[in-house]
Amino acid sequence: MDKLVVEKLDLYYKDFKALKNININIMEKEIVAFIGPSGCGKSTLLKTLNRMNDLVEGCRITGHVTLDGKDIYKDMEINMLRKRVGMVFQKPNPFPMSIYDNIAYGPRTHGVRGKAKLDDIIEKSLRDAAIWDEVKDRLKKSALGLSGGQQQRLCIARALAVQPEVLLMDEPTSALDPISTSKIEDLVVELKKDYTIIIVTHNMQQAARISDKTAFFLLGEVVEYNDTEKLFSMPMDKRTEDYITGRFG
Amino acid sequence: MRNKFDEQLDLLNIELIEMGSMCEQTIADAIKALTTHNVEAARLVMETDNEIDDKERQIESLCLKMLLQQQPVAKDLRQISSALKMITDMERIGDQAADIAEIVTVANISVENLSDIVEMAEATMKMVTESIDAYVRRDLELAKKVIVDDDIVDDYFNKIKSELIELISKNRDDGEAAIDILMIAKYFERIGDHATNIAEWVEFSITGEHKGS
Repeated sequence: MDKLVVEKLDLYYKDFKALKNININIMEKEIVAFIGPSGCGKSTLLKTLNRMNDLVEGCRITGHVTLDGKDIYKDMEINMLRKRVGMVFQKPNPFPMSIYDNIAYGPRTHGVRGKAKLDDIIEKSLRDAAIWDEVKDRLKKSALGLSGGQQQRLCIARALAVQPEVLLMDEPTSALDPISTSKIEDLVVELKKDYTIIIVTHNMQQAARISDKTAFFLLGEVVEYNDTEKLFSMPMDKRTEDYITGRFG
Repeated sequence: MRNKFDEQLDLLNIELIEMGSMCEQTIADAIKALTTHNVEAARLVMETDNEIDDKERQIESLCLKMLLQQQPVAKDLRQISSALKMITDMERIGDQAADIAEIVTVANISVENLSDIVEMAEATMKMVTESIDAYVRRDLELAKKVIVDDDIVDDYFNKIKSELIELISKNRDDGEAAIDILMIAKYFERIGDHATNIAEWVEFSITGEHKGS
């Protein structure tokens, strides 16, 4: 079933057309990777999917993005959208507060009260983000004392705490060492059971390893969108082939 | 861009062409040994078999190095994985030419029984040559032709088998030579199968589709 559908989407930063006629269907509980050179529009599209571009001055969007059939720009309240579509950024960005409060922040914002209920959410989120065992004895300590890889998993746990349906990840491992990267990759594959995941990555092996579908972006366009295995073994477009084989430019 | 990788891929091509021409040469020598009962040519076939084995290991090691260092995808991955499969078939071609040579050195085969088998050997050698050419030129049509031509070699094998059965039924004393010829024919038939496999991997490296699997 289609979870997110992008139709005829154009995005302008003032006069500059950053995304051109994007059409992508993302199925429920699928991992989709966005790849392409810097400045090709992949992060821009990712941000469009939970309206992170709303505050960017001069940003104008035409076309449609629907979540479960509802237009996220017309038929949905933005806080509800962001609860349903969570985001994890390139650089781990824990709040300067305890591990517990980092995770509790979202649920509290959405009106969850009561220690027992919050405790449950926090344990579940940290377990789902595969970091519970490492932090369960230091929940009241500052999140800033965690390693980079742990901070990133904490940020994933924070995103999961509001029980989203879609998780957007913008180069979530580019600042991490190979061991932490591998943990996050395992985690992403594990999370697929419950979430639809869209990941922007510069690491093509990562896209090949973890995603079901891959979209190759170039100059604001989706050149090719296909099953990952197909795209990396037999790309249909020469530009995709040139990019993934490292002969682009 | 990716200069070192492109150099490695060029080297792979050169090595494969070399291994292919060793296979062609060794079949030609095996035919020569068979038709002229030339023991020296037979010895040469057996020597070449060792060289082909060495070449296989060399190419295999180059492919593994590229997989490790370059993490190839798309056409690069298809080219390297096809090469890894093709060299196994080429190595078997070398073995089977050596098996033919070995029979030639010990058997007593008279030339008058050999006209069909020489034609069969030539048809087989053509398949090997064309399968390598198809790889070098990335020629899909030629690869497909090789796959179709396997039927010609198979038909020769069946024809030779029937003739040998008749020969034995007429004169039991020819039995041993007939069986030696049958084995040689079987080795050529197998060489034809390996050439077909090579052609199928050429097809895969071009189209991403492998018909044999």
